[in-house]
Amino acid sequence: MKIVILGCGRVGSSFARLMYRDGHQVIIIDLQSEAFRRLGTRFKGARIVGNGIDEDVLRRSGIEGADVFVAATQGDNRNIMAAQIAKHVFNVPNVIARIYDPIRADRYRQLGLTTLCTTTIASGLMRDLVTDGSWGLAKDYSQDYLDLDV
Amino acid sequence: MYIIIVGAGNVGYYLGKALDSAGHEVLLLEKDRYRYRTLSEELGEMVMQGDGCQADIQREAGFGRADAVVAVTGSDDDNLVVCQMAKIEFNIPRAISRVNDPRNEKLFKKLGIDATVSATKIIYNLIEQEVGGGEVIPLAALNRGNIEIVDVEIGVRSPVLTREIRTLALPPEALIISVIRDGHALLPGADTRFEAGDSVIALVNADQEHALRDIFEEG
Repeated sequence: MKIVILGCGRVGSSFARLMYRDGHQVIIIDLQSEAFRRLGTRFKGARIVGNGIDEDVLRRSGIEGADVFVAATQGDNRNIMAAQIAKHVFNVPNVIARIYDPIRADRYRQLGLTTLCTTTIASGLMRDLVTDGSWGLAKDYSQDYLDLDV
Repeated sequence: MYIIIVGAGNVGYYLGKALDSAGHEVLLLEKDRYRYRTLSEELGEMVMQGDGCQADIQREAGFGRADAVVAVTGSDDDNLVVCQMAKIEFNIPRAISRVNDPRNEKLFKKLGIDATVSATKIIYNLIEQEVGGGEVIPLAALNRGNIEIVDVEIGVRSPVLTREIRTLALPPEALIISVIRDGHALLPGADTRFEAGDSVIALVNADQEHALRDIFEEG
């Protein structure tokens, strides 16, 4: 799959490395080139410096023809806007936006975006772990990360 | 009308004061606490501190009874989400957004924003008119800006002087609807000739405004 990722923070860079390790074509965008340090030296996917809510930057990243677009910057609104551009302008079939605000995550999900609210996921999981000592429906992916060889 | 302005920078501040003077009920919503404190000394209850993208803040600010929401922050992504959330949560009748990057105007309309304003584009257009001879002055836009009514001033060196309308190679989507001469509006025919000082009122597709200007421009 061709995967375009916006935001090279902890989440974006980890996801990029996982997908690259699994043999996918990965392109990652960030405003600052220093952010790409998180990718390490063995990641050979494309790195694009630019503003992810700029259609020209997205076009330059090769979003046309991408199978997946993931918006994982620090800004909810930036992720929401970029995800909508990916979905409605470039017709990317699978678009995911990470959103911290649970309300915004819910409302944009109703508009058809796949939204991932790490706030509700983490707090719900904490409750499950505290009340019945279980991981609920979730899974601890930390071994995946530790096993990463890229 | 009750108008909520999100973002109390210079644009929001002056817009709020102007709307207030015009007799509207205005609320300025500002995220930054420091900016809020400065403004509230002068404007009091007219300013509220909070993030205009958040549903709870929108409720507190009275989005439910607002006639219009105007998002004028310096970030296009914030402006977009303010307007979309106001539509989703409160079915705001009119959501208007400032766009900092003029290329976003089309996108915002596609994403359901009722109207967009781009200062960059307005200033750009003004400069273009000044630099480009200044003879074509847009008067109004129809069909959301697709068709423009323009005023073309005929100068003393205009290449169309003394020529008949029928001899002009007008762009396909341009129509001369009136000639203003000595304060009187004439309904022109194919044999109408232009005189210096005429003001030509035309309907033109926005894309062909340049072509229209080229015909009247002083060599």
